[in-house]
Amino acid sequence: MTLDRRSFLKLVGAGAGAAGLPMIGRAADIMPKSGRRVVVIGGGYGGAIAAKYVRMLDKSIEVVMIERNKQFVSCPFSNFYIAGLTDNMNNITIGYDKLTANHGVKMVYAEVTDIDAAAKKVVTSAGTLDYDRLIVSPGIDFRTEEIEGYNAQTAEIFPHAWKAGAQSTLLRNQLQSMKDGGTVIISMPLTPYRCPPGPYERSCLIAHYLKTHKPKSKLILLDANPDVVSKKPLFTKAWSTYYKDNFQYIGGKKVTKADTGAKLVSIEGIEDFKGDVINLIPSQRAGDIAVKAGLVGDDKKWCPVDAVTFESTKHKGIHVIGDATALPSDGPPMPKSGYSANSQAKVCAMNVVNLLNGKETVEFSGINVCYSAISDHESVSIAQVFKLEGGKIKSSATAISPADFSLGKAEHVYGESWLRNILTEMST
Amino acid sequence: MMMRWRGWTLATSVLAISALAQAAPPSAAMLSNACAGCHGTNGGSAGLTMPSLASQSKEAIEVAMKKFKSGERPSTVMGRLAKGYSDAEVTAMAEFFSKQKLHVTNQVVDAAKVKKGASLQESNCGRCHIEDGREGKDDTPVMASQWLPYMQMQMADYLSGKRKMPEKMKEKVDPMSKEDLEALLHFYASVK
Repeated sequence: MTLDRRSFLKLVGAGAGAAGLPMIGRAADIMPKSGRRVVVIGGGYGGAIAAKYVRMLDKSIEVVMIERNKQFVSCPFSNFYIAGLTDNMNNITIGYDKLTANHGVKMVYAEVTDIDAAAKKVVTSAGTLDYDRLIVSPGIDFRTEEIEGYNAQTAEIFPHAWKAGAQSTLLRNQLQSMKDGGTVIISMPLTPYRCPPGPYERSCLIAHYLKTHKPKSKLILLDANPDVVSKKPLFTKAWSTYYKDNFQYIGGKKVTKADTGAKLVSIEGIEDFKGDVINLIPSQRAGDIAVKAGLVGDDKKWCPVDAVTFESTKHKGIHVIGDATALPSDGPPMPKSGYSANSQAKVCAMNVVNLLNGKETVEFSGINVCYSAISDHESVSIAQVFKLEGGKIKSSATAISPADFSLGKAEHVYGESWLRNILTEMST
Repeated sequence: MMMRWRGWTLATSVLAISALAQAAPPSAAMLSNACAGCHGTNGGSAGLTMPSLASQSKEAIEVAMKKFKSGERPSTVMGRLAKGYSDAEVTAMAEFFSKQKLHVTNQVVDAAKVKKGASLQESNCGRCHIEDGREGKDDTPVMASQWLPYMQMQMADYLSGKRKMPEKMKEKVDPMSKEDLEALLHFYASVK
């Protein structure tokens, strides 16, 4: 039996298409692998650190980091820019050149389209890459399907600004061009989401902006959670001390519908909030690639991992770090913060190197330190130490700043050094 | 028979899994790397108000952490973080940072102040802050190349009484003018 050319192509096309194979079959290998290789997906707070630390620990392991953008813009401190306290994003923008120059991290600027866990291969817009171990640090994407009327254009009118960069500029510009006397709405999602104190910090800084530049305007924070979920005594004190005239916090308001034409958001179809500027931060889950690669758990949102190696419980040889993870936790989990991702990346890097070298793995020890500005000159913080206990991650110390703001000015200054150090760690 | 065989396989694979799950307690590097988010990779700080830990003596870090933990030394986050670590863990971290080489910074300093500071250092401080502040006697911290804003904030805490000066330091500092102290800090900031 023979096949003519046309039927043959049809067969191959149909079969391969159904199995999702043609991309893998056809795409060229970007860098054929010779020795041992770790591939890192995502150059944010987690990925950049994981890539650097694997190289610091073992120069014989090749590290290739795949990142969409040539520059990374930090979410931490982007609220300063949004609220007009800094003029540009230079202080929150980094590149990767020195990771290559100083540590030999190889960069591939491309979009990851798939992961073939069985073949240990990453498929990107630029071709494929083989790996021995893969570290995925995909950050978050949004569960926009939970908001009726949310489409591809919604974020252009109701910016989330929960990924820093163009979205931050959009929200900033909307605030600056709003007339005095306008209403600003921040809608924040149910926990867990990226950066627990972030929406509350944003509310303080936008309220500060309005108080300073547009005193007849007001800000409403719609919290999908029934109550403040992070640094509560500190934020409630800041609101009542500094912003009681132009700010209102309303808990238990989960936005279920967005109407960009009418400039309103709806709560369960029973209550509408109209705003001149609407900062709609949808509910979140692990970044798209983690969902596509089957790394999310039964909840379809977050990636379950081992608390020592950060190896996915879904796919062997793939490790997940940062916001996307669901860590086995005893008590309150590590927050989805930049510092947590930094800490997790180092633990993961160390144990990935141990696994590749056939050595014993080492138990987790990590820190989370987050500063939140409450005005243009005061900040508050949370400081936490996490360790492994019975296979789970547990805090051995957690405390927030004193509620009298006696450390506020010092912490504002320390916060800037925090930013400088953590971004320098990622980029040099 | 078949069932028993399968049961045995299951038992050994459970054993294998638990053996894999065994991990060593956190190493010095594992503990210390977490600090680097604020203090820089291997304890070399890029943040102007955050001290470098690299090349500080083991004793200096142990004493600092002990005083943070008890509240004797004022702090923002350090007192809170110190409570999360055992003495043995603090010692492991202190040893790790003591083995890192001095983090050399390039700072804008006032040449006249550096010159004056150098002479003050020699006549007043050099017995404890040895080697131009590149090393410290016992638990004396390394001052060389620390960021000027960090040292200025600490000196302000000393002068206001928030942070208690060691007796020997107080004897030397009390007679000095603010200008003298500022000159000393410029000197330390200039040492590479």
